[in-house]
Amino acid sequence: MTLAEPAEQAVTQIVDAEELRRARARRREKIGKWVLPTIVVILTLYFWDRICVWNEIPHYILPRPGLVFQTLINDWPILFDALLVTLQITLMALTVAVLGGVGLAVLFTQSKFIEMSFFPYAVILQVTPIVSIAPLIFIYVDSKIAGLLLCAWIVAFFPILSNTTLGLNSADHNLRDLFKIYGATRWQRLRFLQLPSALPYFLGGLRIAGGLALIGSVVAEYVAGTGGIGSGLAFTILEAGYRLNIPRMFAALFLIAATGVAIFAGLSFLSHMLLRKWHESALKRET
Amino acid sequence: MQQGAAAGVAAQTQSRILSVANVTKVFNGDLVALSGMSLDVNRGDFVSLLGPSGCGKSTALRLISGLMHPTSGAIRWDGGKGQGDLGVVFQEPTLMPWATVAQNVWLPFRLRGKTYNAVKDEVLETLRLVGLEKFLNAYPRELSGGMKMRVAIARALVTRPRLILMDEPFAALDEITRHKLNNDLLDLKAKIGCTIIFVTHSVFESVFLSNRIVVMAARPGRVIHELTVDQGYPRDEEYRTSPEYAAYCRSASAALHDAIGEHA
Ligand SMILES: Nc1ncnc2c1ncn2[C@@H]1O[C@H](COP(=O)(O)OP(=O)(O)OP(=O)(O)O)[C@@H](O)[C@H]1O
Ligand SMILES: [Mg+2]
Repeated sequence: MTLAEPAEQAVTQIVDAEELRRARARRREKIGKWVLPTIVVILTLYFWDRICVWNEIPHYILPRPGLVFQTLINDWPILFDALLVTLQITLMALTVAVLGGVGLAVLFTQSKFIEMSFFPYAVILQVTPIVSIAPLIFIYVDSKIAGLLLCAWIVAFFPILSNTTLGLNSADHNLRDLFKIYGATRWQRLRFLQLPSALPYFLGGLRIAGGLALIGSVVAEYVAGTGGIGSGLAFTILEAGYRLNIPRMFAALFLIAATGVAIFAGLSFLSHMLLRKWHESALKRET
Repeated sequence: MQQGAAAGVAAQTQSRILSVANVTKVFNGDLVALSGMSLDVNRGDFVSLLGPSGCGKSTALRLISGLMHPTSGAIRWDGGKGQGDLGVVFQEPTLMPWATVAQNVWLPFRLRGKTYNAVKDEVLETLRLVGLEKFLNAYPRELSGGMKMRVAIARALVTRPRLILMDEPFAALDEITRHKLNNDLLDLKAKIGCTIIFVTHSVFESVFLSNRIVVMAARPGRVIHELTVDQGYPRDEEYRTSPEYAAYCRSASAALHDAIGEHA
């Protein structure tokens, strides 16, 4: 496009001591952000390994990290199937939570009466621990997958609902007035003003919901208990526990944690990409 | 027929476009924000509402814009109020941070169901008028305070409205930027031929810009003086340093002191 041509001028670098110090600090911070946690992880693994050796702890009580890694590779077919099941339920629950949460939030902002009538139910669902509802759900729902999905959804949808509702209601007041003066319809106000205003709030809720969906699907599987085809990581942990296969428990645990981190990182990246052009949270500051 | 129409247009240039008739606004049953305000706005007027904080200036603008309705009295648009007849500029630029400059200026048209391509020429032309044609793809955060205000003005002008309401639009800007925007606003008004109602705290600004100054007092909010500034347009830096300007400032200042003194 025909924006102003870049000013091609030979800029002489003028650097003062303070600038230099700041640049050095920035570089240190950038490197430290990766190096420090890596060192901590390596040290942790090292001492874990050493403690097992020094104290002659048997592997069926605390396996050495190397053995856990070995198990991860040897049991990969079993673990990977379980991972896929857990991942599938988590992502499906998250999707339904997004649809349900955003849909309800929009409905709430369109009608105060609907909000007053149904908001209490959303709160009740949220504050009741999922482990206490899950057994009932598995009595009434025949399909195990559907039951797991329902549990994960109940846990995940509230942060999306409450954050999106907050976002939809926090559109700038002057902009609201402006829309009114220009005769915007309800739909136009929602589409051009409220939804964009709610986007940062929604994305914040989504990041929380991603982790909660994973927790929900894992907890629900513990409650559901029974195995069979289509068992996820939680069931793998339970089963390995019965057999005192501790290394496999650790391997499955590692996969759950890694999944959680991956979901969080993925959603953070999505959030950054969607907001980087305009929202304060995604802007780089000079100082 | 032709002659009749031309005569009609000529007559209209002197004519009234809005009348505020004895309007009162009461909040919460006992807070009289505006009491018995009457004001006839003629085509081409630049009316300033000048007064201390809390005298109901913003309330008057909100009533005229239709955001609120008077408790008593009436606001009438001569010839009816059509879509795009009104533009507004608030104290803050009030831009959508997620939209580019061009998209922000497009908004009044967009809300009337016009696609960007259909009104692209108007949007670009208006951005050129306020001197921001190079920034159409920039986001508001990349602009200075003065430039943001220009975008807000462009958005108010883009539909070529009959009346523009401005509520202390330059109050948050520094003196130099404010002078520049004052000059540019008069230029724009001359080019587009709109009518402006402008709220300000500044005596100097009101005398520089307007041909009529409505001085208001608080508790209850009401009009206590109306001054006419008999000085033609264009006005420039020469006017700003002229004895006439100083004289008008003195009388406007006296009227304002009157307004403040009355309830102090
Ligand atoms: N929505 C409202 N509800 C209740 N009171 C209000 C409302 N809007 C304004 N008021 C009151 O009406 C009075 C006039 O307010 P207004 O905003 O019109 O003053 P103003 O002249 O614009 O002041 P300023 O120069 O500070 O902007 C004030 O006392 C204010 O508190
Ligand atoms: Mg005000």
